Order: sequence, then C-alpha cells, then structure tokens
Amino acid sequence: MIRVQPEDFDVGAEIERLGEGRHEIGGIVSFVGVVRDGAGGDRIGAMTLEHYPGMTEKKLGEIEAEARRRWALEASLIVHRYGRLEPGERIVLVVTAAAHRQAAFEACEFLVDWLKTKAPFWKLEETSTGPRWVEAHASDDAATKRWVAE
Amino acid sequence: MKLLYFAWLRAKIGTSEETIELPADVSTVGHLLEWLKRRGPRFADALKDASVVRVAVNQDYVPWDHPVRPGDEVALFPPVTGG
Repeated sequence: MIRVQPEDFDVGAEIERLGEGRHEIGGIVSFVGVVRDGAGGDRIGAMTLEHYPGMTEKKLGEIEAEARRRWALEASLIVHRYGRLEPGERIVLVVTAAAHRQAAFEACEFLVDWLKTKAPFWKLEETSTGPRWVEAHASDDAATKRWVAE
Repeated sequence: MKLLYFAWLRAKIGTSEETIELPADVSTVGHLLEWLKRRGPRFADALKDASVVRVAVNQDYVPWDHPVRPGDEVALFPPVTGG
C-alpha cells in the first residue's frame, strides 16, 4: 500500500493496522526517515519536500511491486510525506511484513534504497546562508545498484 | 504537449507547467531539450548542464533518445532525492 501526504503518520497505528488479523505474519520490519538538523556543517531550519503528483504514486507502486516480486511478503506499506518539515519530523515510513524475518528485513532495506533514487521527490533546505536544494548522493546510487547486481 | 518543471529547474525557468505546440522537427527528448534551450536565457541557463537534468515522459524516466509526441506529458527535473 502506498500513501503520499502532507500529514504526519502514527507509526504504531500503521504497523498495527498492517498486521491486524494476519496470523501468517511472523515478523514486521519498519523504517522511519526523520529530518536531521544539520548537513555539511550548516544548521537546517526546515526542509520543503516537493514531488511530482501522479508519478510519485506510480513509482512508489512499482517499487513496492518489485519488492513483492523478489521477497515473499505478506504485507507492505510506504507512507511518504511532502511539504515543509522541521528537524525531528518524520518524512517516510516503510513497513514490510513476512512469515520470516529475513524477507522482511531485506525487502525493507531494498524499498528504502530504491525510493531514494527512484521516487520523484526533491528537498529544499532552509540554511543560515539561504535556501539550498539537496543534491542526489552517489552513495544512494551505489546503494540502489547493489540490488541490481544481485 | 504538456511540460512540467520541478525543483531548481522550476525556479530557474520561472514556471511549473506550460502547454506548447511541439515543432515538427522535434522528435526525441534530446531534440526537445535543444529546442527549449533556444527559447530564452532562462531556459538556456537552467538546461546548460544536461548531466543534472532528468526527464520523464508520461511519468516514466526516459533516456535522451526516447521519442516525444504531441499529447505527451514531459517533465524536466534534477536527480531525485526521496526518502
């Protein structure tokens, strides 16, 4: 399941809802991405996430479908926020549930790596020297490619 | 054709969305970028370094030699930074 929204999410409630009544699930893994207050030495006042409505949902759906093709998942959820977020606020939630933990752990890491490089989001940071667009990191590309090589 | 611009490309070009008549000699994404660069200094500046421009046609990432047709939705943006 995919959701793209400006609102915050309740991690506990989301996990509970995903696993409710699903007794074939033996393990649930979650990742929560949070806004940091500093990068490259500058303090970040806040960041604004811009996205491409329509394509975002399409790409997240494709990434989720790919994870479910590769691993035996019983359930999965991606919630990605957009808009202005302050340090400490949650940006993204990825939850994977499977009969066994290994599939849930691996699929969760895969989803986080892939949405970094394939989901059409852009981040504008508010710094002490003015607004600054976050550049894509080569390390994120490498993290994504690792799943292609396998 | 509908053109969409995101992030600093939107800021540099000065608009987020426009509808254009596709010139007859523009048949690929690469041609489209070359044509856009000739539309004015804002476009020339925003698109001067093609290595930091990504393109989606009808909401799928495409390479420079991908065809473009009237009625397509074409989006230009910097490399994405989700998560």
